[in-house]
Amino acid sequence: MSALRQIHKVLRCSSNVAAGLSRNIVPIFNAARCSSNVSSDHPSMFPGAKAPFVSEPNFTLPSDYSPIPIYRVMDAEGVVNPSQDPNLDRDFVTKMFRDMVLLNTMDKILYESQRQGRISFYMTNFGEEASHIGSAAALENRDWIYGQYREAGVLVWRGFTIEQFIDQCYGNVADIGRGKQMPVHYGSKDLNFVTISSPLSTQMPQAVGAAYAMKRKPNNDSIVVCYFGEGAASEGDAHAAFNFAATLSCPVILFCRNNGFAISTPSHEQYCGDGIAGRGPAYGIATIRVDGTDVFAVYNAMKKAREYVLRENKPIVFEAMAYRVGHHSTSDDSTAYRSAEEIEIWNTTEHPISKLKNYMKKKGWFNEDEENAFVKDVRKQVLKQISVSEKKLKPNWREMFQDVYHEMPEHLKEQMGELEKHVEAHPDFYPLKNFKA
Amino acid sequence: MNKYSKNLLTFFKNIKNLPLTRSHFTYFPDRNVKKVASHGVQKMNMFQAINSAMDHALEEDGSALLFGEDVGFGGVFRCSINLRDKYGKDRVFNTPLCEQGIAGFAIGVANTGATAIAEIQFADYIFPAFDQIVNEAAKYRYRSGGIFDCGSLTFRVPCGAVGHGALYHSQSPEAYFAHTPGLKVVVPRGPIKAKGLLLACIKDKNPCIVFEPKTLYRAAVEQVPVGSYVSEIGQADILRKGSDITLIGWGTQVHVLLEVADLAKKELNVDCEVIDLVTILPWDRETIANSVKKTGRVVVSHEAPLTQGFGSEIAAYIQDKCFLHLEAPVKRVTGWDTPFPHVFEPFYLPNKLRCLSAIKELMNY
Repeated sequence: MSALRQIHKVLRCSSNVAAGLSRNIVPIFNAARCSSNVSSDHPSMFPGAKAPFVSEPNFTLPSDYSPIPIYRVMDAEGVVNPSQDPNLDRDFVTKMFRDMVLLNTMDKILYESQRQGRISFYMTNFGEEASHIGSAAALENRDWIYGQYREAGVLVWRGFTIEQFIDQCYGNVADIGRGKQMPVHYGSKDLNFVTISSPLSTQMPQAVGAAYAMKRKPNNDSIVVCYFGEGAASEGDAHAAFNFAATLSCPVILFCRNNGFAISTPSHEQYCGDGIAGRGPAYGIATIRVDGTDVFAVYNAMKKAREYVLRENKPIVFEAMAYRVGHHSTSDDSTAYRSAEEIEIWNTTEHPISKLKNYMKKKGWFNEDEENAFVKDVRKQVLKQISVSEKKLKPNWREMFQDVYHEMPEHLKEQMGELEKHVEAHPDFYPLKNFKA
Repeated sequence: MNKYSKNLLTFFKNIKNLPLTRSHFTYFPDRNVKKVASHGVQKMNMFQAINSAMDHALEEDGSALLFGEDVGFGGVFRCSINLRDKYGKDRVFNTPLCEQGIAGFAIGVANTGATAIAEIQFADYIFPAFDQIVNEAAKYRYRSGGIFDCGSLTFRVPCGAVGHGALYHSQSPEAYFAHTPGLKVVVPRGPIKAKGLLLACIKDKNPCIVFEPKTLYRAAVEQVPVGSYVSEIGQADILRKGSDITLIGWGTQVHVLLEVADLAKKELNVDCEVIDLVTILPWDRETIANSVKKTGRVVVSHEAPLTQGFGSEIAAYIQDKCFLHLEAPVKRVTGWDTPFPHVFEPFYLPNKLRCLSAIKELMNY
């Protein structure tokens, strides 16, 4: 009996703590939700659930839970809720805005360059600029990023250069990834951005493992952020990541970019229930959902999330709601499965850049001429860089055999030797002039 | 087109154009079209032929279901286009993005005797489903003493090189599955074969995987029988008869080998026998052994890496059954033992010149 009482006491205690915390933390993480119609007199002693008993065999229905609300700071006109204004200074907001514009401008040109056959593939970030920049701006650059493939804005914020982006897309000799991967598979050791891999969700349990190892470092002051899409959240690895993050108390932000589409599959065919955020509490993870087109909402929530994750050594599920304005990739034509009118709304009034622009106008921080000049300059830089990156040679073809292992094993040396002899015998057959000698 | 993209166009016109990719093969269409009663033939590319096969399957068998990621709107390679409209979204539908889910779900459908046609969007993404396929689908009948099975299950899986697919849109993982008793694994070389093999797999009483070389979806065009027909699983096709050397391949590589056979004739006066293995598991050992006994020389070629590629199994079998007939060692010409690289693809693939060099080497052995 005394054990039961103790459990009861602990439960009450922890719920008081949670309530206390929620009052102080704005925005609020939904750490637990209550269901009605229960008696708490005799909580169970089952190892698998500490729950009260009830006398009616009632189902808990999805509709018993209200959806996790969407935290928003700024409306489409750029009007900010004063209590939530992060009060960022002009330079900071201008950097946010310009990084979003840079990403958007570079995307447009690189997308076109793929259509022209200059690069083999591209993926745009249209409509999600605020969730990239808002989240990156709230982090420290020492925090590790595990991305999916549509997080180029995080790299922009951290200082990945136009030259680095475009060299990667060309897989040339200056590409950090040494021409091994398709375009947009960026990575940067300097910027703590783990190299992108095409398979979905594989990065999620990896991010959780990295966070666990980080936690164990003395005086750890870094966290891990893992970006993934709402489609990717259907993979088994997503479940593994949520569950490991919770049970092993890992300082990781599981950042879902819910943009409504996984290639053609709309989110309502991807999941039932309350989105990705709705899963957080079920795994025992503090959770927040934000308007991903509102850069300040993302920023505020991310700032709080980082503090929480680092202080508590616990994960956060963070769902940023947005709309994928672009096609999935250059291999996709999204007008086959959605209307142009629908896209248009998200590309105009609901576009994150438009919202921040309206805010800046209200502040008197937006100079039309200066910003036009900025866009013009970015275009010029990107176009110039395309012609420069295109002329750079590809890495020496022997690099194909490098980095398979830490040291090249004998059988690969033999295979490389075999190919060397073959290429020497048939130099005209291979595009050697495009590769570094 | 807005003003901005016009500028861009001008810009791109003004800089020197580098060819991005080039096809590493020339397609050799099948001209041997089996007559299918009361139906004619129609020009189809490979995705249209596969679409036609699934159309027949859904029409003939009311229990048949077709599903996978983005299958509803036609699939990313357009193989299931219009089928949702024709058969309803309870039979042709999108699944959540989860290959292990697709495979497990398909097994369950097939457990009940219903027909499951499941698409895995890219062979490179089949690995989350590996457990379901290898430990469940392949072993269902065996482990239950034959009381349960999932034989009415077929996986369609786009695979192979496309010129710019890099690590995760290029792989040919047939050998992993060839190591799994209980599965049947086939690879079509073009539209006619793709339709016949898919219908054969759907009707087969065992779980089957069809690896479809995705570069052929549009590039391969043939006169395909409009009616329903099956191509035999486990039967290799001798596409060209020859007396000097046997060339064995499957999928896209068959077309490389057909071109190589022409080159060998022209440049070396070597008479090649070209065999499309068609089925990786269970494979046609007899056709191969008979051919090798005749020619005494053999090249096996595949896009997948050398080590433990399916060529290894073929080579081992040949040395066992044809040892005294061999005039030269069995030669494998394959992808290297590296991941499939992006910009190095022209150096990675077992192209016609590497195959031709191998023929030269074996003829001079």
